[in-house]
Amino acid sequence: MSRAGGTWVGARVPRNEDARLLTGRAQFVEDVEPPGTLHVAFVRSDLPAGRLRRLDVERARSHPGVHAVFTAGDLGPLLHPGAMLVPPPPLEGLVFHARTALPLVRHRIRHQGEALAMIVADSRYVAEDAAQLVEADIEPLDPVVDLGRALDESTPRVHEDLPSNLAAHVRQTKGDYAAARARADLVLERRFSYDRGIGGAIENRAVVAEWDARADRLEVWDTTQAPIPVRNVVAAALGLSESQVRFIAPFVGGGFGPKIMFYAEEILVPWASIRLGRPVKWVEDRYENFFATTQERGQLHRAEIAVTREGRILGVRDIFIHDSGAYDPYGLTIPINTQCTLLGPYHVPSYESEFRVAFTNKPIVTPVRGAGRQHGVFIMERLLDLAARGLGLDPVEIRRRNVIGPEEFPYNHEIMYQDFAPLRYDSGSYEESLEEAVRLVGHETFPRERERARADGRAVGVGVVNYVEGTGIGPYEGARITVEPSGTVRLATGVGTQGQGHFTAFAQIVADAVGVAPSDVRVVTGDTSDFHWGTGTFASRGAVVAGNAIHAAALSVREKILRHAAEALEVDPEDLELVNGAARVRGAPDLSVDLGALAVRANPLRGAVEPGTEPGLEATSYFGPPYGTTANGTHALVVAVDPETAMVEILRYIVVHDCGTVINPTIVEGQIHGGVAAGIGNAFYEELVFDEFGGTSNASFMDYLLPTSTDVPPIETAHLETPSTLNPLGTKGVGEGGAIPVAAAFAQAVEDALADIAPGLEVLDIPLSPGRLFDLLRTRRESRESHAESAGGPS
Amino acid sequence: MAWSGEVEPRLLLSDFLRSEVGLTGTHVGCEHGVCGACTVQLDGEPVRACLMFAVQIDGHEVTTVEGLAETPPGEAISVEGLHPIQQALHEAHGLQCGFCTPGILMTAEAFLRENPAPSREEIREAVSGHLCRCTGYHNIVEGVALAAERLAGDGAGADEGDEP
Repeated sequence: MSRAGGTWVGARVPRNEDARLLTGRAQFVEDVEPPGTLHVAFVRSDLPAGRLRRLDVERARSHPGVHAVFTAGDLGPLLHPGAMLVPPPPLEGLVFHARTALPLVRHRIRHQGEALAMIVADSRYVAEDAAQLVEADIEPLDPVVDLGRALDESTPRVHEDLPSNLAAHVRQTKGDYAAARARADLVLERRFSYDRGIGGAIENRAVVAEWDARADRLEVWDTTQAPIPVRNVVAAALGLSESQVRFIAPFVGGGFGPKIMFYAEEILVPWASIRLGRPVKWVEDRYENFFATTQERGQLHRAEIAVTREGRILGVRDIFIHDSGAYDPYGLTIPINTQCTLLGPYHVPSYESEFRVAFTNKPIVTPVRGAGRQHGVFIMERLLDLAARGLGLDPVEIRRRNVIGPEEFPYNHEIMYQDFAPLRYDSGSYEESLEEAVRLVGHETFPRERERARADGRAVGVGVVNYVEGTGIGPYEGARITVEPSGTVRLATGVGTQGQGHFTAFAQIVADAVGVAPSDVRVVTGDTSDFHWGTGTFASRGAVVAGNAIHAAALSVREKILRHAAEALEVDPEDLELVNGAARVRGAPDLSVDLGALAVRANPLRGAVEPGTEPGLEATSYFGPPYGTTANGTHALVVAVDPETAMVEILRYIVVHDCGTVINPTIVEGQIHGGVAAGIGNAFYEELVFDEFGGTSNASFMDYLLPTSTDVPPIETAHLETPSTLNPLGTKGVGEGGAIPVAAAFAQAVEDALADIAPGLEVLDIPLSPGRLFDLLRTRRESRESHAESAGGPS
Repeated sequence: MAWSGEVEPRLLLSDFLRSEVGLTGTHVGCEHGVCGACTVQLDGEPVRACLMFAVQIDGHEVTTVEGLAETPPGEAISVEGLHPIQQALHEAHGLQCGFCTPGILMTAEAFLRENPAPSREEIREAVSGHLCRCTGYHNIVEGVALAAERLAGDGAGADEGDEP
């Protein structure tokens, strides 16, 4: 494949990784099974809160086929609380209580699904049989389920050593909100909720570990988004050198956030392999995934907006509670994302934001696609809609009056973001993106469409909302690029891959620099033996942070190629070009030398490498941005609501987005499609239901509804490209943007559709399930009817 | 290939294929018949391998994703040698992490045999028994439509126009 007259970056290159995935030959962790492998099942608590009084594992231990049963008492030095992965940023007045879990419960159970015992047996079937034989005597405790009451004095404590369930308290402000409020023409306050959901990767988690006693090495296959940090934690915990431990995250079947976490199984399975001298394998099942894998989203907000009568924002105040679940290993990433992303693409002269993080007896909360940003967007966009309604303005118009203009970058919001740097926007296209979405959805002529539909007895509505997404945060990533004697170019980087098309997008960056086709670049990601510096795949940072490290390494290799080729061809490097896997003289294409031959020349078996140079055509580079780059976009959708059944059908869905330089438009569109689908799930279908005893009552795909192909509409996309000013490629992240504004857009469109039928109906809670919308409609109707009665009745 | 031997009666077909036969292309996502990742064909009809016991296939023919195209061991797999449905999903970017893909392929292959010229809506209906968290389904639908066109060979494939 060749590409004339352009660069590979920006081209719709089909993916390098597909052939293996399409034929079932791609290796996922579950496919790894060395000879002699033993299988693990965990005994987990059904209760969300309790005291473990006694655990009898003797019958399980003597069950045929069982090799070991481990409980907390067997763990020795491993029995200490897990790593605090992300410490809180250094904010003034910060309160933060770090609490992480033991690998296995010793005394206190704090959420459903916490592991009590680990069973290792000949097969998973036998391990599960033995799990049934474990007898746990648990004294149930009153669980903390209701987030709204988690911080009340009378509520039982999740962590008995703390004075309350308060995990953290943060307040950030800019300007003088009280003064803004005092001179506002309109002040509106509402309460909002945004409930919990799961990440929902179709592949559950899995760990396979093989201790090789002769080689003194541990090899671990793991479905992680962060193979290098996990390797480092595991090596330290097991008292091994990092070089003795190899972590491989091969093909991973979807990440979406929860697989960035460090989990106890990642240490217990390798530890068991060392102890038993056998390969050990654990594959999470779907039921376990609903408790043992982290979740996201529970927040309650009380928010207020102050505006002028022209609709200009004077200030916003938002006070919220964030549900951390039973522990808080991921620090404050999510609530700080919420706090910062709320400001969106708008001028907000004054802002008062305060949040409390609460411990509850629910599964642990860590980032899931969007990572708290969707909450912020939901609150701000809803406040704007309500203000527009209060002022008799069109929702689009109020946004026009408040967006940051193109000449105002870099724009500083003056508060601190999750990367410990001030919240600054490097570049963006907020006005253009809004106008493009307005044009594409036909907003100007929509009122006529709405009337026509109404005449046919259908309620249709439109929604248009904006978002920004802080992406591509540090600290850094790295890459090593090597030209092999075959002419193949090898790229190794530390970030793992979970479907983002890294094998192709990264190859495109390399291909441009060294003059080969992307299919000639062999990409290795997520194997610590190939590259062992880096942090992982999170915060929409792969194409930004790893991408620019790859770009830097590729340019260094290019320099080396040109230097060796100039010597070989006895010409000036300036006169050379790199095309089709060779260096050739401009204007004299017959004078050329293949990259493979140059690789041999650069790594001679005799002679000497000159002082100050290195062998081979190889370079390693790192990239760390000063702060995160901010992507932006606008979503517009048209819905039809059936007022009888409260079912909502999405008729059109439009995404205008700006992620800076687009490396591969096809891959970017795929990211957006998937993000929107997840957002639709969030907005309308997905909800974790906790009963009064704190148990999850819908822990299966039968009862927890992920959207299917008949729930997600076709998605229309438009790309704007405002390059980031913070990196040479100009890239910004796009992994989460699709998911972030969906609920806000959905709420606006549903209200619009029902404006006549249920005037004044307000969507303040997400997910807005059909059931919840049905109740809203009924309440609205009833209040109207009683209102009409009292107005028309005898006085 | 023919397989003969004895297995425990409770062994699921999905586990049998993956661990006894070594065909790991069939993936397991929920083990309660919802996600569709483990879909294989039993005598040409799509079934969920996690909802069947291995002993139930005695005397039957099972086709897994590995059987869709000839990919001789030892040779590099190239897209050119693949089944038209596999090629079409590749061209339409109908897969991202690829975990759910084998199941979707097995459903789509059987579906297009039965309905060679489906509308986009019929395709959406046909793959609605598969959960995919990556793609939002958009490009899966496009890929199956493209495959229908290719398989028809005369341009009488998927009917366009009901989706942008």
